[in-house]
Amino acid sequence: MIGTATLETRLLNCAFGANPVIMDVDFTLRPGDRRALIGPNGAGKTTFINLITGRLQPTSGSVLLDGKDITGFGEAKRIRLGIGRTFQITSLFPKMTVRENVFLAVAECEGIAGKFFRSVFYHRPQIMRTDELIERVGLSDAAHVPAQLLPYGRQRLLEIAIALALRPKILLLDEPAAGIPTSESHVILDILSTIPKDIAVLLIDHDMDLVFRFAERISVLVQGSLLVEGTPQEIAADRRVREVYLGESKHGGAAAV
Amino acid sequence: MTTITTILFFGVAYGMILYLISVGLSVTMGLMNFVNLAHGVFAMLGGYATVTFMNRYGVPFLAAVAIGCILVAALGFVLERALYRRLYGRSELDQVLFSFGLILVAVAIVRIAWGPLAQPMRLPDYLKGQVEIFNVTLPAYRLVLVGFGTAVIGGLWCVFDRTLFGARIRAAVDNRAMAQATGINTSRLFAVAFGLGTGLAALGGGLGADILAIAPAYPLQYIVYFLIVVAVGGLGNIKGPFIAALAIGLADTACRYFVPEAGSIFIFAFVFLILIWQPRGIVARR
Amino acid sequence: MSGMAASSVAVEHIPRSGVWLAKVVPWIAVAALPLALPGYEPLATQVFVMILFALSLDLLVGFAGIVTLGHAGLFGIGGYTAGILSVHGFTDPLLTALCAMVTAAITGLIFGIAMLRTKGLTLLMLTMASAFLLYEIANKATGLTGGEDGLQGVSFAPVFGLFAFDFRGKTAFFYTLAILFLAFAFLRALIKSPFGWSLRGIRENDARMAAIGCPIILRRLIVYVIASAFAGLAGALQAQSTQFVALYSLSFELSGNVLIMLILGGSGRLYGSFVGVPMFMLAQDLLAKQDPANWFLGQGTILIGMVMLAPGGILGVCQRGVAVIRARRRA
Repeated sequence: MIGTATLETRLLNCAFGANPVIMDVDFTLRPGDRRALIGPNGAGKTTFINLITGRLQPTSGSVLLDGKDITGFGEAKRIRLGIGRTFQITSLFPKMTVRENVFLAVAECEGIAGKFFRSVFYHRPQIMRTDELIERVGLSDAAHVPAQLLPYGRQRLLEIAIALALRPKILLLDEPAAGIPTSESHVILDILSTIPKDIAVLLIDHDMDLVFRFAERISVLVQGSLLVEGTPQEIAADRRVREVYLGESKHGGAAAV
Repeated sequence: MTTITTILFFGVAYGMILYLISVGLSVTMGLMNFVNLAHGVFAMLGGYATVTFMNRYGVPFLAAVAIGCILVAALGFVLERALYRRLYGRSELDQVLFSFGLILVAVAIVRIAWGPLAQPMRLPDYLKGQVEIFNVTLPAYRLVLVGFGTAVIGGLWCVFDRTLFGARIRAAVDNRAMAQATGINTSRLFAVAFGLGTGLAALGGGLGADILAIAPAYPLQYIVYFLIVVAVGGLGNIKGPFIAALAIGLADTACRYFVPEAGSIFIFAFVFLILIWQPRGIVARR
Repeated sequence: MSGMAASSVAVEHIPRSGVWLAKVVPWIAVAALPLALPGYEPLATQVFVMILFALSLDLLVGFAGIVTLGHAGLFGIGGYTAGILSVHGFTDPLLTALCAMVTAAITGLIFGIAMLRTKGLTLLMLTMASAFLLYEIANKATGLTGGEDGLQGVSFAPVFGLFAFDFRGKTAFFYTLAILFLAFAFLRALIKSPFGWSLRGIRENDARMAAIGCPIILRRLIVYVIASAFAGLAGALQAQSTQFVALYSLSFELSGNVLIMLILGGSGRLYGSFVGVPMFMLAQDLLAKQDPANWFLGQGTILIGMVMLAPGGILGVCQRGVAVIRARRRA
């Protein structure tokens, strides 16, 4: 079955020139965690994800997977080790169908992508897993539709399917509900609830309704540092968090019980 | 010692011509992100204009070059507005095909109008001889080339670095959307920059008519060299291609002198090595 | 925003047996050409060679998204390899064709390693430079290649020791047709494999491919080597069927021409080459004879017109036409 892993960052720092973006962040994500990372715009949330996946290198500090230092590893290697993500700005294969999009990821994950002597349809297990994933995100009826013709909300679902296809042990979701009206975000929530229990999930989003319903623990990132970490109730009641969100959506305080 | 000086001098002259022709391509590529293989066409037309005005109408050399430059710049401006701008968002393949088609059309028209043979370049008398400077004998033509070229390049760099127009171009190359958002009229900027680039190419083609022969095959024969200057020098800036052009001019001249049997083989191998070492060019943008 | 769209639906569906038959019939019809139109074998052979060449280019341009204006370099290497081998006594056609493929593949590997880390204009320029480099080498090494006069004294032994290459060209006709068929079958299988799909992924969004763990540079290198091998094979077939190798086979002009042939039919659909190549060669035959200038003018105008009005080539226009008709029927 899918393995599990613990993700850790220790004193992680990242600066663009003289501009510090992430400062001394200590963060731990254990198997089965359902964590959300929230914070005002520009707090550095996407940068943090890029540091974890290897798209960016930190100026100091380390990223560890199961205690092993992976800071020097490139993106491709970290993907193989089980760190998966979705993108804030949808990045799909526009002219290829939903099925083809997901199959590409399944093929890479299972090591058959380099094979050129047999047709795709010969690889039954991978085709089946592709169809399973498509069904899981509710896109079975659109399996033969080119990705660029899908409505935006369904493209976000396809993003999630591709991330899941890579069998991640750690799944980082960068604003999966971005651009989707709040009334529809339950679809995302339903998919998230089907994710195997032992995978660790980190969710970034501005839809506080989604965040508070999904997360078991919430971390708050402000100006590159972790302000506070706790259960949804604790975060909702925290005065500092309310101050940070003053002037933004009222959800932060009101949504939690 | 004289051999080295001669090679240096010839190499610099050749490099300057390459630079004058290619700098426009670097700027328009950096601005519009458009692969314009037809850039050599404008240099060729400048050459044809120069030679025709000189041979048929007896216009003095530099004046003929200037007229050619202005005419071609105007043509470039018109073509940008009429054709090129429709293709800015298109795939690289479409742009390559379009510009290749443009080359073929231009080659055909030129061949019909002027015939298939290379144009005889009759240098004016004052350019034919030699000139002695600091005890070194140098051919007058190339001396004028280097002098004139230096003046134009100096002027270009001034415009680029010191004027508002230059600043706008640099801004648009750096971040097109941002430049547009700050009120710069990028579409008019593109047209003017394209005209400037093609005008410079025509200047280079006319000035260098004795070095790069003016014939219908010109754009097909020499485009690879212009692309080399731009790729090695780095897109979107004007200092990098200068270094690249001088390097290529010197290397090519030296190679042809010492190992004439090898032709352009060394240059191409040299280019591969440079780009393996620095894939984004020797003066990459950030 | 690309105009040259690949058909994704056609690749996905599993062909039924009836469709299979429809695809084999054209080949049989073509093979019967010598009965219907005797005397046209040499021209047809040239068309077959160019189709193979265009197919190898389609692999790069239409599927992997590598635009190259130096593909003739590999074609010429294949031709000169086969030709030079025959001049030095190795005249078996199949063996020399194989050697040509290997030589072209190795050449593609060496240049590919150097070039495929770059993108855009730099890559395009390097593909041109690689072909110019090979052209210059062939031009200067007159002892080996015959230089501008072309390689003289090329002749090959009979195929399988039985079918001699004669002036009527029947052997050449069936020989190149058979090899074209086999090559096409291989390329078609390649396109339908996971490897082929990953090529399209790289073409459509290489950043995304990197993000799903695909080793992009390695994949592109592999496809470049395969395409080089088939281009070299086409070059060898040219040498064998015409018993001559010229510098033209390495030229920029040929690189441009084969690209136009491919685009005319439509890239990204292997069948495009079968449409574009005969049309181009027919037009070339008609127009280039009177005045090369007119031929260039026609080519250039058609290219510009195609890019602005009919991207996707002839097959693209047909595909859109079919879609329009289907939409009208539903309405």
